[in-house]
Amino acid sequence: MEPFTELSAVAVPLAMDNIDTDQIIPARFMRRSSRDGKSAPFFFHDLRFDANGAEKPDCIFSRTEYRGARFVVGGRNYGCGSARMGAVYSHFDYGIRAVIAHSFGDVFYNNCLKNGIVAARVSADAIAQLHYTLSAVPGSKLTVDLVNQTVSDSAGNVHTFEIDGFAKQCLLEGLSDIDLTLRMEPDITAFEQRYYESMRWLHRHVNRTVK
Amino acid sequence: MPRTLFDKIWDQHAITTNAAGHTLLYIDWLLFAESTFADFEVLRNDGYSVRRPAQLFGIADHYTPSHGTTLADAVDDERRNIITTLERNARRHGFEYLGLGDPRRGIQHLVGPEQGLAQPGVIVMCADSHTATQGALGALAFGIGGELTHAFATQTVWQRKPKQMRVTVDGKRGYGVTAKDVILTILAKVGAGGAVRHAIEYAGAVIRDMSVDERMTVCNMSIEMGARAGTVAPDDKTYAYVHGRPFAPAPEDWDTALAYWRTLTSDPDAVWDKEVTISGDQIVPMVTWGNSPENSLSIKDLVPTPADEPDAQRRLDMQRSLDYMDLKPGMPLTRIAIDQVFIGSCTNSRIHDLREAAAVLNGRKTVVPTLVVPGSMSVKREAEAEGLHRIFIEAGCTWGEPGCSMCVSLNGDTVAPGKRCASTSNRNFRGRQGPGSRTHLMSPPMAAAAAITGKLTDVRELI
Ligand code: SF4
Repeated sequence: MEPFTELSAVAVPLAMDNIDTDQIIPARFMRRSSRDGKSAPFFFHDLRFDANGAEKPDCIFSRTEYRGARFVVGGRNYGCGSARMGAVYSHFDYGIRAVIAHSFGDVFYNNCLKNGIVAARVSADAIAQLHYTLSAVPGSKLTVDLVNQTVSDSAGNVHTFEIDGFAKQCLLEGLSDIDLTLRMEPDITAFEQRYYESMRWLHRHVNRTVK
Repeated sequence: MPRTLFDKIWDQHAITTNAAGHTLLYIDWLLFAESTFADFEVLRNDGYSVRRPAQLFGIADHYTPSHGTTLADAVDDERRNIITTLERNARRHGFEYLGLGDPRRGIQHLVGPEQGLAQPGVIVMCADSHTATQGALGALAFGIGGELTHAFATQTVWQRKPKQMRVTVDGKRGYGVTAKDVILTILAKVGAGGAVRHAIEYAGAVIRDMSVDERMTVCNMSIEMGARAGTVAPDDKTYAYVHGRPFAPAPEDWDTALAYWRTLTSDPDAVWDKEVTISGDQIVPMVTWGNSPENSLSIKDLVPTPADEPDAQRRLDMQRSLDYMDLKPGMPLTRIAIDQVFIGSCTNSRIHDLREAAAVLNGRKTVVPTLVVPGSMSVKREAEAEGLHRIFIEAGCTWGEPGCSMCVSLNGDTVAPGKRCASTSNRNFRGRQGPGSRTHLMSPPMAAAAAITGKLTDVRELI
């Protein structure tokens, strides 16, 4: 995983609440293997493209000022709905490295952090201000500073964001959480011994031969 | 310190807690569907192996055909491929595979309880948001998306402990009111984001009076409020449900297990971060009008008027939903004509649901295409033994093979663009049932009523 420390880039304001993962990536695209770096076209597919696959000119992502965006600024409950890895991969493949929102769908939030995308929770006021600045000066840049947990806009406003501490460490170091857990293998084994000692009825099933 | 049911299961599975406040939890059973091919790719590419194959179950449900029982019936090669990839992964890693032809197969959230995997006190995880369904057995069941590879490799998952919320439904359910109406009412009150970062325990007389099947319908839609999990404390109904199932405690272990299960209730003085109380007597048959499951109203209501909504953002969202759903503010919900009906999904495809739908359809004819899909092979066998399938077929419905089917439309069953579907599933998002599809969520009897009249209908007028 590529470490994330600080990045200045164009941000797309999406002034909507409850953006669900079906909007981010319609389920029909989930048939294709999703972690192949090729899911950028599915990112907000039905918002961006018409039935013939042509870009909708009135979609915010089609505007030249927002090309090459690396951030999205949502509203409340961003990424709610289906647990869908493709929702995160499509952000990443499109180039998004941070999503700033007032709140997130839980699974989406965790998936972002595990896949190198900063999911930054900011206050409702900060969201309003960010949307205002980004719409007033389309294509203006934001700076996301993960170390200090701030988002700054071109008008000079600095907003602090909340992020999960464990995930922050992994993002900063570009480490996988599996590697971290596997270092604790002896603890897991010791736990299993203890646990199945008392849960004998489960132990029988866990120890069966799998056909 | 007083603890909730959730605390007790959590503590029992906690291996350690790190400085950032995350707990490493042990997973008893890990269930997952075909959509996990990418996670296995990551596992292989990054050089990890499955730690406890005997605790994993791969279940084909999302891409399986509704009109046939073999791989050859899958609608195209792409789907066939996805299904066989799961089978290949099962062989490669040595876990059980419940594929086409397996008599245990079904939607994963039905299979867990049916096999006795979901039982009081265990942690069941699935790579799917509706895992909460299985919390109805007094288990802790949550969906893990991105953590799946981690779970395969370590049989654990890092979780921040959610806050706790109790939803109490007091009183008694009225005539013609189902578990689906109860959860849609809860959703309308709590809101689509109202339980984010919370685990819910459902309590109260209405929940206690429900069958285990009905409790699963309630727990199923916990995620629609943003909750991590939904549980119901186990009781005699739960124990009776689990008894004798393949993964239930063996006869010689039963008493020990039962003694433990009886400790699994929230202590009377347990503290809740959030409490919601609903009077069961007030609940009526519900339908949704918009693109969020929280957009539910009594069938007697009118389509809402955006101009009446004080919050600007909500007003805008409401207008967008009405445009998408092609509805006029102020029109009676009962005047909305539908094009088709879907009775199925992990919310409402258990035997209880099919019986309720069949009771309405018995001796009547549907006027729009109606697809009835039992949630599992076991439900299908039971329904056919009772003759329910004949009632459906005589009413003009299609009787499908178990799977997710039109809930998510990945297997080829879709709602055409612009068409309106009365559906017993759990999500009415834009495009959920196919691009441009319009979904109204409701209970199985309400969907059956709509199938008979061709419009949204108060089922109480038909029973
Ligand atoms: S029935 Fe629908 S909600 Fe349930 S597991 Fe299948 S796709 Fe998901």
